[in-house]
Amino acid sequence: MSAGEAGGGGGRPIRSGRRQPGRNRLPVPVLVLAVVAVGFFALPFLGLVWRAPWSTAWHVLSDPAVRTALWLSIETSLKATVLAAVFGIPLALLLARIDFPGRGLVRALCTLSMVLPPVVGGVALFFSFGRRGLFGQYLDRWFDVQLPFTTRGVVLAQTFVAMPFLVLTVEAAIRQLDPRYEEAARTLGGSRWYVLRRVTLPTVRPALVAGAVLAWARALGEFGATMTFAGNFPGTTQTMPLVTYLALETKPDEAIMLSLVMIVISFAVLVGLRDRWLGSGTHPVSSVSA
Amino acid sequence: MFAASSLTEVFGGMGAAFSALHPDVRLTFNFGSSSALVAQIGQGAPADVYASADEKNMATLVDETGTLQTPAVFATNRLEIIVAPGNPLHISGLADLARPDLVFVTAGPAVPIGAYTAQAFALAGVVVTPRSLEENAKAIVSKVAVGEADAGIVFHTDALAAGPSVAGISIPAQFNVIARYPVAAVKGGGNSDTSAAFIAFILSDAGQLILRQFGFGVP
Repeated sequence: MSAGEAGGGGGRPIRSGRRQPGRNRLPVPVLVLAVVAVGFFALPFLGLVWRAPWSTAWHVLSDPAVRTALWLSIETSLKATVLAAVFGIPLALLLARIDFPGRGLVRALCTLSMVLPPVVGGVALFFSFGRRGLFGQYLDRWFDVQLPFTTRGVVLAQTFVAMPFLVLTVEAAIRQLDPRYEEAARTLGGSRWYVLRRVTLPTVRPALVAGAVLAWARALGEFGATMTFAGNFPGTTQTMPLVTYLALETKPDEAIMLSLVMIVISFAVLVGLRDRWLGSGTHPVSSVSA
Repeated sequence: MFAASSLTEVFGGMGAAFSALHPDVRLTFNFGSSSALVAQIGQGAPADVYASADEKNMATLVDETGTLQTPAVFATNRLEIIVAPGNPLHISGLADLARPDLVFVTAGPAVPIGAYTAQAFALAGVVVTPRSLEENAKAIVSKVAVGEADAGIVFHTDALAAGPSVAGISIPAQFNVIARYPVAAVKGGGNSDTSAAFIAFILSDAGQLILRQFGFGVP
């Protein structure tokens, strides 16, 4: 909170009593455990930085194979995020708002891919969307569309593992929403569609962004399902995680640089979006009153 | 025991036979592509014995980590084309794999099966564009077994181990590549007595018989 206020408070007078007593204090054991947790995440990253062959950085980054994989990763992960949002937001609304029998089961089903080992997810995609799959055989026969070994297959695999992150984040936010805002808008004559578009979704915007970013990060790092379902070929299905994994066997130095590239990109997006969209406390109704 | 994925089945049998002779020894296996295993050992993974599907990756291990003795070749293997059961696309040889409508998968050039496959195509003068570069021979088998790929080239023993889920088509000797499998104890690994005993067992008549039962050739 304080970071957001400091960033946005250019010419405004400094509020007195900004730091309320006790607000920045935690019991010592909690603080210690939290610091250990930070170290747990920081150490592997420092390990990579420590071992990174910095002198080869430019050589690795200018490698056409790496650039191809990087662009492919960016393209597919963004497409997967769009798909996850287009289908995931309606799914989150359904799960949060409609009390239908078996809702718990449907929610579990739609988030199964989070706990499924990705390789198993990839095999499951074979049996459903593959050339001989339950649904894929009709795609192949009627529309001549094949998903395995294609870029579309990569996007499908990424969407499969990434969408639950968006659904769960958005559903939680919708559940916490104060229904009075929507009720008021309905009373004033807004249609269901209008209220959804102008009240509900703007109010949960931070969760939408957070969910989309989580889904995107998961899609960008997707490895197991992609390798299993979409295969591995430069330019069509070989994304950054695949290139990195394969480089680990033959060129470990290059693999470290590739990992750092992915870390820097993800880190920049996570930090950047946090400050821009999530850190500054957007007031629920501010965007509605406009 | 770090062993090439194409040794998965035979080393299961080998381990059972060895344990029967040495009940006090418990063998733990880690199967993967030969190149991935060398990388893991290089990063300090605890390996006592390394068995590779090619001599190139063994040479890398000798250079980077070292072995306790000169690697010994204990088995040979040959390549085979695998297709869907019943061979619906009527593939009879390497030249058929160049058909543009056919989905062929292989492995990357660092993986033994990928390198051997490239050699076989070069010998036959065939140019094939693969649709995917899989991680190891087992991944190629599974792509053909589930019907996503029309054909692949794997070791004869992989085709045998896959059972009726794929059909094997042999490659004539003049285009075939004979893979040689070396084994050695890894320098720095513990249990050097047990490692030596296991390697001796693989090279013994009993060990070689098991290898033949699983479709391997013996040197």
